[in-house]
Amino acid sequence: MLHQELARRRDPMWRWERPLLREISMYAQGLNQSDPAAVTASPEAARFQARIDAEDKIEPNDWMPEAYRRTLIRQISQHAHSEIIGMLPEGNWITRAPSLRRKAALLAKVQDEGGHGLYLYAAAETLGVTREDLVDQLLAGKAKYSSIFNYPTLTWADIGAIGWLVDGAAIMNQIPLCRCSFGPYARAMIRVCKEESFHQRQGYEIMLTLCRGTAEQKAMAQDALDRWWWPCLMMFGPPDAASQHSDTSMMWKIKRFTNDGLRQKFIDATVPQGHYLGLSFPDPALRLNPESGHWEHGPIDWEEFRRVVAGGGFCAADRLDARRRAHDEGTWVREAAAAFAAKRTARKEAA
Amino acid sequence: MVTTSITVDDTGFLRLVLARADDALVLGHRLSEWCGHAPILEEDLSLANIALDLIGQARSLYALAGAASGHDEDQLAYLRDDRQYRNLLMLEQPNGDFACTIARLFLYSAYIDPYWRMLATSGSELAPVAAKAAKESAYHLRHSAEWLIRLGDGTAESHRRAQDALERLFPWTGEMFEPLPDDVAVPVAVWDAQVDAVLAEATLARPAPKWQQTGGRAGRHSEHLGHLLAEMQHLQRAFPGATW
Repeated sequence: MLHQELARRRDPMWRWERPLLREISMYAQGLNQSDPAAVTASPEAARFQARIDAEDKIEPNDWMPEAYRRTLIRQISQHAHSEIIGMLPEGNWITRAPSLRRKAALLAKVQDEGGHGLYLYAAAETLGVTREDLVDQLLAGKAKYSSIFNYPTLTWADIGAIGWLVDGAAIMNQIPLCRCSFGPYARAMIRVCKEESFHQRQGYEIMLTLCRGTAEQKAMAQDALDRWWWPCLMMFGPPDAASQHSDTSMMWKIKRFTNDGLRQKFIDATVPQGHYLGLSFPDPALRLNPESGHWEHGPIDWEEFRRVVAGGGFCAADRLDARRRAHDEGTWVREAAAAFAAKRTARKEAA
Repeated sequence: MVTTSITVDDTGFLRLVLARADDALVLGHRLSEWCGHAPILEEDLSLANIALDLIGQARSLYALAGAASGHDEDQLAYLRDDRQYRNLLMLEQPNGDFACTIARLFLYSAYIDPYWRMLATSGSELAPVAAKAAKESAYHLRHSAEWLIRLGDGTAESHRRAQDALERLFPWTGEMFEPLPDDVAVPVAVWDAQVDAVLAEATLARPAPKWQQTGGRAGRHSEHLGHLLAEMQHLQRAFPGATW
């Protein structure tokens, strides 16, 4: 993986040695700050929208409406948090992976997710926030992340199901984001999508191996599909009629397809894959509409979705606890690195 | 007939290969436990990188051991009990805090990096594996040394933790110098020089010489390895003969 090489080359001190960069980005934010209500009719706003309409990429130092900036910070940071929290359910099986090949692949995959988190935090930082502040919001329980990661991974088949279904759904959501109007986010998504599609094939291959294996293994695969199917459909967000962010995001070309449209694409792509595995979907109403060519599904339990998004997920408390523990137990390490960096700078200046 | 557990008669060359393979797997497994829980995101990635290198080294070595023993890599990793494992005791110890994890990686890398380089030019059957491993261990050594220096010369707390880690780990280090069959020997002086140079820069004191605990190469392990293997081998043991 590309970012493994990048991580290898990266000096772990970089976070403590670039306060200047952070100041520059805060300064740029200050320049752009204006009242969103006042700018909607301004010449800048008109030029901005014209650039979006012409499929121009907006870059960090370009003028942008404050609401556009806020929307992107919210979306990119939620996406980054999802990658970081998403390391935990799969990380749960690294030490129990059933073969050395699977162990290496899973570890590399979870590491990729950490790498995606890094790119995304870096993309958010171009908008004038710091990763530290974003992480603080996550740990304080104020920031959202994808509710799918609040479900538990109970068996090895869950690792297959997550790769196949969760990464599959993520790709459906993210491929259009490669053409997002905000340049740094679009570019991050191009890299992320390449790796995600590799993960998805890997997950499907785990499912295929289980389904071709013993009766117990196939039952494990079916059980995983039964538990992950509905939560995966919820990953596309509330139905269009109830989605609060869609219209402006479409206008700004942050978003290009509706929640329901992407959900349908995912179902149409995934159902034949499940049938090829010889598995059944936990939806008695699932049927192919011969006229439209689309798979129709039964009602989604939006009550469950709302509950999980609001922090009522099975593992929500565990996930945040794990991140808080890592953060708290790592405080002395970050302090040591900062203290050492300061000493090193002072020595250089004295020399 | 489904194989549920194997015993390998590992005398001679096979003992050497399994010892090096088990070292890499057990340390790789321990480092992989950090993934998702490290003090900073960059370190989640770095420790996972190192764990991946080590698991890759173990796989290459098990492939060689498999040719000599008739068992594949997964049988060797998942179907041997702890009395059959040949790894160093230091590497199976729980991770402890970040200082302990880093200090262990450093003390081991300061040995294994010159070892792989010597082996790579030795004409040994392991030379190709060693040549690849040497590139990886050079990075592991650099990464762990940089962190140890940062922790030793960071804050009072990080200094104390790093010093405690060294005191705790030093009694396990002598085992690295036990000779294995058909092997090359890293002079103790080479390791001493590397360790002393980094400890000096880290403002850390080398612990006073005391007793050295050994036994790992003979399969006499600490209590920790059994738990590590129980977790790692769970699925292979629960579903004998299944393909994953």
